[in-house]
Amino acid sequence: MIRDTTIGAKLWATAIWVVVGFFVLNLLAMIATVILDSFATQWLRTWLPVAFTTKWYVSAWNEFQLGSVLTTTFEIVFTVVVLAGLLGVTAAYAMARRDFPGKRLVMLVFLLPLLVPPITYGIPMATVLYQTGVGGTFWGVVLANLVPTVPFVILVMIPFIEQIDPKIEAAARVFGAGTVRLFLHVLLPMLIPGILASLLLVLVRTIAMFELSFLAAGPTSQTLVVVLYYSVFASGVRAIQSIDAMAVIYMVTTLIWLLLALRFVNPTQIVARVKQQQAT
Amino acid sequence: MSTDAPDISLRRRLALRGLDGTTLLVMPALLFLLAIFVYPFVYGLWLSFTPKAGDWLANYAAFFADPFEYDTIWTTLALAIPVTILSLLIAVPVAMRVRLMRRQRLLTTILVLPITLGTVLVAQGLLNYLGPQGWFSKTLMLLHLISSPARLTHNYWGVFASLLITGFPFTFLLTLSYITGIDPALEQAAATHGANAWQRFRHVFLPLLVPGLAISFLLSFVQSFAVFPSAVLLGAPAGPTRVISIAAYQAAFEQYDYSMASAIAMIMAAVQLVVVVIVLGARALFYRGSTAGSKG
Repeated sequence: MIRDTTIGAKLWATAIWVVVGFFVLNLLAMIATVILDSFATQWLRTWLPVAFTTKWYVSAWNEFQLGSVLTTTFEIVFTVVVLAGLLGVTAAYAMARRDFPGKRLVMLVFLLPLLVPPITYGIPMATVLYQTGVGGTFWGVVLANLVPTVPFVILVMIPFIEQIDPKIEAAARVFGAGTVRLFLHVLLPMLIPGILASLLLVLVRTIAMFELSFLAAGPTSQTLVVVLYYSVFASGVRAIQSIDAMAVIYMVTTLIWLLLALRFVNPTQIVARVKQQQAT
Repeated sequence: MSTDAPDISLRRRLALRGLDGTTLLVMPALLFLLAIFVYPFVYGLWLSFTPKAGDWLANYAAFFADPFEYDTIWTTLALAIPVTILSLLIAVPVAMRVRLMRRQRLLTTILVLPITLGTVLVAQGLLNYLGPQGWFSKTLMLLHLISSPARLTHNYWGVFASLLITGFPFTFLLTLSYITGIDPALEQAAATHGANAWQRFRHVFLPLLVPGLAISFLLSFVQSFAVFPSAVLLGAPAGPTRVISIAAYQAAFEQYDYSMASAIAMIMAAVQLVVVVIVLGARALFYRGSTAGSKG
């Protein structure tokens, strides 16, 4: 690596770190405001709340029926994770191992849901879901959330499967393994890190996926982030601390899984598929 | 055996072209996306041409005749383009610097937070933080930069800030992945030939980065263009930040005019497509080549 030691270069580097510091400072202050406010008895015009309390968590839990909202959220999220895993890994296996006519077109179908923003395709999709009667139900939200997550699993898994030598599978076949045994005893153990990483990311993305859940959800199938949106939208009806308490609960549910996911993946992989090159 | 011969040869021929049992594994995912992603889009396109009243173009005519509707395109572009350009302008120098760091992980983890938490939480946080009684205004007043609290919520700047806070990390992480993909040997070669830092960036990195930057620009533009929750919560959804997704949402779920809503969604997709085509067209004017060093 080349490092410049001229004054200009040092000034430039300082300027960059000031910009980054400013951004990170604002980001953390924003998160801190939500957390502090959720514990505040009252917070007006002062730098810090006057006194602290935990009563807003109790009131938020009761007012927003967070018990049942969290149950619904996790039922939806885990159904999405399982189905996205099943559909995604099988398709990724075929995409990694075979060249077939029309493969580029199939790849395009898998790429588009990741490139087109959810709100753009969400409105026609919600229309179709409501017309078939699935809209507004548990399965409507699950189907909507599978649209971006299945392609995500496929794109993460293709390079994982490509790096496994097909000779290993051939050897297992020679020793008489059937397709099921081949998959369970040979492929699965080698793919576990990739599957785990991609499914954890699917989990985080689905908890935080607002647009699709919002468009497809009915009164009984709202996920946590949708309930949070409605309460902020109607703020003024309830104490702001109560909403912030729910926001903290949402943050905790998301961040636990994010921290878990980050044990297996690099943060850059959440937005892009990268092969990190080790600089020499 | 002999009676099966045509069958076997057909399977053989298909297998030689890559079609066998394994290939069929792609079908469940493909059929699912055709049914829930491709079909609704095609159906939406068809639906947009079958309006509740009037001829087949009535929805589009109505949209482009009403300034309250067609202005949403400019409102959205006026948010999405500055945010995307600003994110990219900050992201490139920062990523050039961060690539030299050994321990990038703490920074990248902090930056991935707003993406993971999502736009609704960021909007709620910024309502407190940027509000008239929030820390941001208080600090500026303490520094005597402003005399009365700045109005940063329920207008353009609130939405701008929320888009930047989720958009910059996204652009940065994408850009970082492109920059770390460039072989450092190329820079060393340029330095050996006496190029200074600016020349190395301008003549070595930039040409190699243009394709990646074009993709980063497009992905973050498309995400910003689809801004929805923060435009409602942090903006002024009735006026200055009535973005196109709000128009589509209102048509669908407030007026229950799915035909009009589909037409607006198609216009949204078309505007995104136009920008994508322009940027990709501009990219073709630049050098495209290997980012790996070679001994050739």
